[in-house]
Amino acid sequence: MSPTAAGVIFIASLVVVLALVYKPLGDYMYRVVSRTKHSVVERGIYRVIGVNPDGEQTWGVYARSVLAFSVISILFLYLFQRVQSHLWLSLGFTNVTPSLSWNTAVSFVTNTNWQAYSGESTMGHLVQMAGLAVQNFVSAAVGISVAVALVRGFARRRTNQLGNFWVDLVRISIRILLPMAVISAIVLIAGGAIQNLSAGHDITTVAGATQHVTGGPVASQEVIKELGTNGGGFYNANSAHPFENPASWTNWLEVFLLLVISFSLPRTFGRMVGSNKQGYAIVSAMAIMAVGSIVVLNVLQGMHHGTVPQAVGAATEGTESRFGVLNSATFAGATTLTSTGAVDSFHDSYTSLGGAIPMANMMLGEVAPGGTGSGLYGILILAVITVFVAGLMVGRTPEYLGKKIGAREVKFASLYILTTPTLVLVGAAFAMALGGERASMLNTGAHGLSEVLYAFTSASNNNGSAFAGIGVNTTWYNTALGLAMLLGRFLPIVFVMGLAGSLAKQKPVPESTGTLKTHQPLFVGMLVGVTLVVVLLTYLPALALGPLAEGVH
Amino acid sequence: MRLPSWISQHLAALRALLVLTVVLGIVYPLVITGVAQIPGLKHNADGSMVKAGDTTVGSSLIGQSFTDKDGNPLVQYFQSRPSAAGDGYDPTSTSASNLGPESVVDTLPDPANKDDTGTPSLLTQVCSRSLAVGQLEGVDGSRPFCTSDGVGAVLAVFYRDGSTGPVTRVVSLNQECPATPFISEYKGVKVECATFGDDYSKGVVTPIRGDAPDHPAVPSDAVTASGSGLDPQISVAYADLQASRVARERGTSVDNVKKIVSQYTTGRALGFMGEPAVNVLQVNLALDKQYPYHQN
Repeated sequence: MSPTAAGVIFIASLVVVLALVYKPLGDYMYRVVSRTKHSVVERGIYRVIGVNPDGEQTWGVYARSVLAFSVISILFLYLFQRVQSHLWLSLGFTNVTPSLSWNTAVSFVTNTNWQAYSGESTMGHLVQMAGLAVQNFVSAAVGISVAVALVRGFARRRTNQLGNFWVDLVRISIRILLPMAVISAIVLIAGGAIQNLSAGHDITTVAGATQHVTGGPVASQEVIKELGTNGGGFYNANSAHPFENPASWTNWLEVFLLLVISFSLPRTFGRMVGSNKQGYAIVSAMAIMAVGSIVVLNVLQGMHHGTVPQAVGAATEGTESRFGVLNSATFAGATTLTSTGAVDSFHDSYTSLGGAIPMANMMLGEVAPGGTGSGLYGILILAVITVFVAGLMVGRTPEYLGKKIGAREVKFASLYILTTPTLVLVGAAFAMALGGERASMLNTGAHGLSEVLYAFTSASNNNGSAFAGIGVNTTWYNTALGLAMLLGRFLPIVFVMGLAGSLAKQKPVPESTGTLKTHQPLFVGMLVGVTLVVVLLTYLPALALGPLAEGVH
Repeated sequence: MRLPSWISQHLAALRALLVLTVVLGIVYPLVITGVAQIPGLKHNADGSMVKAGDTTVGSSLIGQSFTDKDGNPLVQYFQSRPSAAGDGYDPTSTSASNLGPESVVDTLPDPANKDDTGTPSLLTQVCSRSLAVGQLEGVDGSRPFCTSDGVGAVLAVFYRDGSTGPVTRVVSLNQECPATPFISEYKGVKVECATFGDDYSKGVVTPIRGDAPDHPAVPSDAVTASGSGLDPQISVAYADLQASRVARERGTSVDNVKKIVSQYTTGRALGFMGEPAVNVLQVNLALDKQYPYHQN
């Protein structure tokens, strides 16, 4: 079989399996977030937390609970790293510096997993498994909780109750993420991933040199890193590392895991609003953009334009032999279409135009299918904008799922849309204006600008992948990118919750002949169009100076 | 006494985080580690370590350098890919090169400072590796955009009006004087060699394709660093290229060597995932066992 045919089947097989899982997983998640019964274990947990699981919250209380949980998580993770040398399994590593601890704490709590450190030379096993990996679970659960609260806003009528954050958090962590992680971790070990608490072995190689083969609880962390669209590698090399991603089929599995929850959530959404067709419409828009982007990226990497790729004869720099160029491109597309940011090859060495695609995927706002939860609420915001734009064209008050989209709703949606471009462009502009920060670029010229632009795009959109040549473990970058991650996560969450509150209060308007049918292909096409035009165009000038300038000359 | 709601909310958050840390951060990884102790998984979970006789000599998943102390290839062994992890295949410093597709201009070494080796561009790294592999395997190491002395064939072309008008000056950027430039003339202007410290930033960087074949004899994975810097495998093409040298050095037939190579070649999983690849460490260990090397 030719590499091209194999690459096409790789993508097609993912589409088929994701389609097969869509209904059962989406329905299961629907039951998890809708049932009123609590299990014995969960009752125990609620007692420890000290909350009444049957009491629901208004949008303000729900949002404040999210923020309180996240603030406490950041403080906890910060302190954890600051004292790691005194803890078990620290492997002799020193305490992490204040600026790096701040950056890493924010990074993992915001589901970004931007890493200004190398795992193998900075973090002990305990910080990895009981600090960082815990956030891999709960930050994903926070994202899904917020998405579920927004959908309740659409589904409910004349109420200010949007569910209980603590119940959503615990259930999603324990009933959805944990069982999926347990199964996948064991499968991954069967594929060759390591899972131990050893500090590693010093061995003498065949050629007589010394090599330190590292240890660690890798498999358990690797699977939740993909499932929760987190992306923070146990090791610096992330999913390119043979201990994290040992074989060509584990590579397929990891791409599948990082897509599966986000692609199934539209089913959950459809069930909650009482119309599976609405879920199909949303998932179709996601799939069109995702498949389009991944195919284009495969083509660009396969054609290997550019001086070095032409000299080499293939875009193999920064890719692993067992994955090959095309499957690496598929991983790169999937990781940036979601908010994962794990990498199995290094985007900095991609062809100029090929490297623009992961950047553009993130700039879209990660909605195809996006991060766990964040992808769903992101695309629902865009759906609100879409019906608003359509309403403007025909001159009537827009509606979505029976709720009027008035001035208040559009304000929340607009604020959401404006947050990340502001963070990305202002942040990158500052970095380029400051001579010392500019010097962090590894590559020169247009490619250097791409590194900085990529960094702020990745941080503000909570992705976490990088054009990794850039040296970002400096106080300025740790602080600035930390702020970008923090604001890029929590401002949108507050706007989403505000929107949810205002929708829940409304009485649904009856459907009329003038209502835009939001489950039909016309709407799907408009949603894709609005996403591309409204969001991506914001970044075109910046892209023109970076990857486009480099690729077209 | 009732606490203010913002305090009780943060206390609830703290308790929630602690209980979830115990369940997801301690119990879950330890249970998985426990499951990993069952036979069949344990070897993998411990790192797929491999032995030569009774000594552990590495992990079949982690690549190694088969070079002497000075970095010269040991001719009796299959060679791994170039690596950007530390000084090469260092698992405590995993990394890719992260150099971009248009990394074509070297930073030249300072002739006054003997320790300064300069910073080669990715293009020059590719060219010099190709030349070295070509020499080792006895094939043509030439590549597009490479000079015959193994650096990137890149000119700084100065035009009268910036980027337009007649050419006024041409410098071969990666060839430090007194090297002879790879072409003598460009658009009628004599090509100069480059001098350390001179500013060529006004010139237009122009890579020159040259007449090297489109499909070089040295495969692409032999001249590029992997993503992890620990890639345990090489392409089938690179293994084929090395087989005759290894067979010659070990005094056996190429067929015998290729038989071992095919034994440690992983095809695409299910016929379509990934690319076929050859595990270098396992091949070299099998060779040492079956066709030991006797230094002359």
